[in-house]
Amino acid sequence: MHELAIAESVVTSVLERTDAHVNVVRLRVGQLSGVVPDALTFCFEIATQGTPLEGALLEIEEQRGRARCRSCGQEILLDDAFLLCPCGSADVELLAGRDLSVTSVEVA
Amino acid sequence: MCSTCGCGEADVRLTTLGADGSTGHGHGHTHDHGDEHGHDHVHVEQDAELRTHTLELEVAVLAKNDGLAARNRDWLCERGITALNLMSSPGAGKTTLLERTIAAAGRPVTVIEGDQETLFDAERIRRAGARAVQVNTGAGCHLDAAMVSRALEQLQPERDSIVFIENVGNLVCPALFDLGEKRRVVVISVTEGDDKPLKYPHMFAAADLVVLNKTDLLPYVDFDADRLIRDARMINPDVQVRPVSARTGENFEAWLEWLG
Repeated sequence: MHELAIAESVVTSVLERTDAHVNVVRLRVGQLSGVVPDALTFCFEIATQGTPLEGALLEIEEQRGRARCRSCGQEILLDDAFLLCPCGSADVELLAGRDLSVTSVEVA
Repeated sequence: MCSTCGCGEADVRLTTLGADGSTGHGHGHTHDHGDEHGHDHVHVEQDAELRTHTLELEVAVLAKNDGLAARNRDWLCERGITALNLMSSPGAGKTTLLERTIAAAGRPVTVIEGDQETLFDAERIRRAGARAVQVNTGAGCHLDAAMVSRALEQLQPERDSIVFIENVGNLVCPALFDLGEKRRVVVISVTEGDDKPLKYPHMFAAADLVVLNKTDLLPYVDFDADRLIRDARMINPDVQVRPVSARTGENFEAWLEWLG
């Protein structure tokens, strides 16, 4: 389960920028990022134990997958990893959905 | 997590096997800390009532891994070394593919072997005539750029050689972690079923090449190679596919040609 490694990376990323006690951590997780929010929330609790992030609330903003079809030009929303335009073309440019970022934290 | 730096690698062990059978243990802890630590509290909003404030970070969660991967890539590039990240389910035939490749590649090959436990694969690589570092990840389900950095330091591959990074057998997690490789290869065997690209799309989306292995078993299994190729290309239109049998050597030249 790679979400534990991801949760540990979240902790490291935050600790590199603040040593204050953290109450809230906000993430943006793309629906095509390969990370499952529920699993990440579960692992976050484990990864934060004994750190200034212990007990912090994890708020995840899910980002939808979005792409532009190079064949017909229309912009499409993607619910899964299949880069397929309704026009039938697989020649699409991914615009959003793979993001995996810490956007902000609330510190005391 | 690691007591030295909190990097989550406390259980990771590296063992080097020379082509002559020599064994060396290494616990080098080389990944840097400090030089990239920005303490840029970019935007601070004070909430007087709650006495908390918001730090706007906007930092990629995997930035640290990606930074180390970029350093691995530069290190390899400076030496003319081609690194390939091999990923598959357990038992798809990655090690067998490498055993045959070592003899036929036409240039020096070294291998970084990733498994949770045992030195089995590094020993097979050594018997096939190449040097290998075994990375045992303990509970870990994938290799990351820090592990590969340490392994490269022990392995010291020669200039203009090929380094194969045989990832932990797993069609899910390794897809997310850049190791600094030049290209990514997914090995899928005909005994696993032709539905894997649709079941594990992230892995196939990340691949430059799909090696379809164990083609010698095609007469005995219900496997539709056309379906596998069609589905893999639906997820990744540019992906190349090379059907081979690593056991019998069938079509092996197509794989060697791709290696270049």
